[in-house]
Amino acid sequence: MGLRDWLGLRHELPQRRRLVLVILSFVLPLAVWSIISYVPWIWHPLIRVTDPGGVDYFMNGMEIDRAAFARESANAVKAGLKAPQGYRVNPVYIQPPHAVARAFYTAFTSPPLLPTEPWLYQSLGHSIRTIFWGFVASSILGLPLGILCGTYRFFAKLQEPFIEFFRYLPAPAFGALCVAILGIDDPPKIAIIFIGTFFQQVLVIGNTVRKVDPALIEAAQTLGAKGWRLLFNVVIPATIADIYTDMRILLGWAWTYLIVAEVVGTMSGITYFIYQQARYRHYDNVYAAIGMIGIIGLTTDMTLAWLGTVLFPWKRRTRKAKQTEPKTLSPEHQTVSSVLTGAAHPESAPANSNPPASNLAGESPRPITAKA
Amino acid sequence: MTFAPLKLPDYHEQSPEVAARFRRIRERPVVMKVRDLHKTFGTNGSGHIAFEKMSLDVHRREFICIIGPSGCGKSTFIRIAAGLEESSGGEILIDGKPVCGPGPDRGMVFQGYTLFPWRTVKQNVMFGLKMRGQDHATADAEARQWLDMVGLAKFEGAYPHELSGGMKQRVAIARALANEPRILLMDEPFGALDALTRCKMQSYLMQIWKKVDVTVLFITHDLEEACYLADRIVVMGTNPGRVLEVIENPMPRPRTMDQLISPEFLALKHRLDELIHSPSETEEKLHLIKLTQAGDEVE
Repeated sequence: MGLRDWLGLRHELPQRRRLVLVILSFVLPLAVWSIISYVPWIWHPLIRVTDPGGVDYFMNGMEIDRAAFARESANAVKAGLKAPQGYRVNPVYIQPPHAVARAFYTAFTSPPLLPTEPWLYQSLGHSIRTIFWGFVASSILGLPLGILCGTYRFFAKLQEPFIEFFRYLPAPAFGALCVAILGIDDPPKIAIIFIGTFFQQVLVIGNTVRKVDPALIEAAQTLGAKGWRLLFNVVIPATIADIYTDMRILLGWAWTYLIVAEVVGTMSGITYFIYQQARYRHYDNVYAAIGMIGIIGLTTDMTLAWLGTVLFPWKRRTRKAKQTEPKTLSPEHQTVSSVLTGAAHPESAPANSNPPASNLAGESPRPITAKA
Repeated sequence: MTFAPLKLPDYHEQSPEVAARFRRIRERPVVMKVRDLHKTFGTNGSGHIAFEKMSLDVHRREFICIIGPSGCGKSTFIRIAAGLEESSGGEILIDGKPVCGPGPDRGMVFQGYTLFPWRTVKQNVMFGLKMRGQDHATADAEARQWLDMVGLAKFEGAYPHELSGGMKQRVAIARALANEPRILLMDEPFGALDALTRCKMQSYLMQIWKKVDVTVLFITHDLEEACYLADRIVVMGTNPGRVLEVIENPMPRPRTMDQLISPEFLALKHRLDELIHSPSETEEKLHLIKLTQAGDEVE
């Protein structure tokens, strides 16, 4: 097993190795995190006091900078007092993996500290609702508009220049406006997600639709399709799977606008939860909440990707098909050659009443009627 | 290089049976009439000439091959016939009606298969029938018959990407024929296939043509293919693109692969060769610097 097996340029990796690497991609950052959290002599810039000793302002459980601790400790010893005791810790905003892992569970089970605060599941629900409505609103307009822009030059020229300009305006910049127009509750948040998604959506989908193979459209035209039938029977089905992929990516973008959107007006959803927990110095919950966004995003995306393979079976590339094909062809080919020599051409056998038996003959839907 | 001159019959020489066959063909109604058709790319006269004025009468159930080197305008011609491009002048009449845009009366088979990847084999064949407004059950039954005819009934549920090139092209032929076109336009349909598959496809096509009332206009750059398939061969040349000659194929039908070494075939092929590969082209000398020391091993 040489280095080349792992690092060959564009070298395909076997399933086992791919799996190993996928696991490693998560394990490596986790390992770095664990080392920083658990190995006392790596970083740990603070000392938690267990015994104040002779330092008058030290208290049990107090965390103090290592340099300050050493200085006070030296002063105390010089003054003939008892040296303070303590151990090295990380600052509270670095939480060890086990605490965060625990918080994934406890954050859900622990009731909010104030009666007005929502539970975690309510915060998450609120965020998902905001994303959902923002994305749906954007898609209801953006999807048809994108398809029109991709199909008809008219719409492309009419819409796209302005949209190109507008998409450079950062969505958060509209926060104040949205609040002024839509109030302080959910509507401005949904509007921010809409602004962040919609303009990209029109352009991305327009581009995807534009990439439809013109030969397919020509083929459909020679088969008698025209006008809106061409749009609904060729352009849209030809691109629907790619549009679906675009939508998945755009949904990811919508998530990145979530935090900004939730700060607008009254803070809500998962953002409110995160800020509130940070205020209580429950940093384990903060990490857990951030992690949950990642997990929700990734699971949604993977579910949608899987759903895509169910919805669009022609995108599933089967490798077996090509290998089995010659077998299915060969017996037929034998009969074909025998037909070829045995069959009579209409010219030499004008009667055509005895069509030669073959599996190619079948029942001709339209028998030959023309005899000059 | 000197060879003993090969005794070949003149390519015009037809056996009485073949001559009689062409007489019968000429008596049939004209399906497609091309009158003074020409095409120039670019603006008013200054542009590149795709092909000069050409005229052609295609009779019912005739098999016409158009052959020529690349750049002779043969593909442009067939695209104009399909209605996918506009001509610069002249007209094409199908059953007396001028061609105006693509339509189901002219079926087209492309080199690149152009099957709809999101439709199964059967749904592909049903496409034209549905566009014509047939109800699902009728279209389904008819599509099945056409698939049966091209020997792909077993694959009706498969998606195009699961098929080989030859099978895809058979589906494309079935799809075009299902519309019952007056004329089937084929633009180098077997050009992308390997030699063996191409051979098979040629005999499939012959069999299909025997069974179906359809006129075929077939573009190719393969001389043997043209000789094997065509009733008449339209030879086109380049610079500018134009029709050099329309040859009545003297080979009798039914044709077999054995005929590919018959004197008639060789004569025809020789003539096509002469027309297409003009001496000035083949004898072009390259300015080569000698980079070998291997002596006379290569001649």
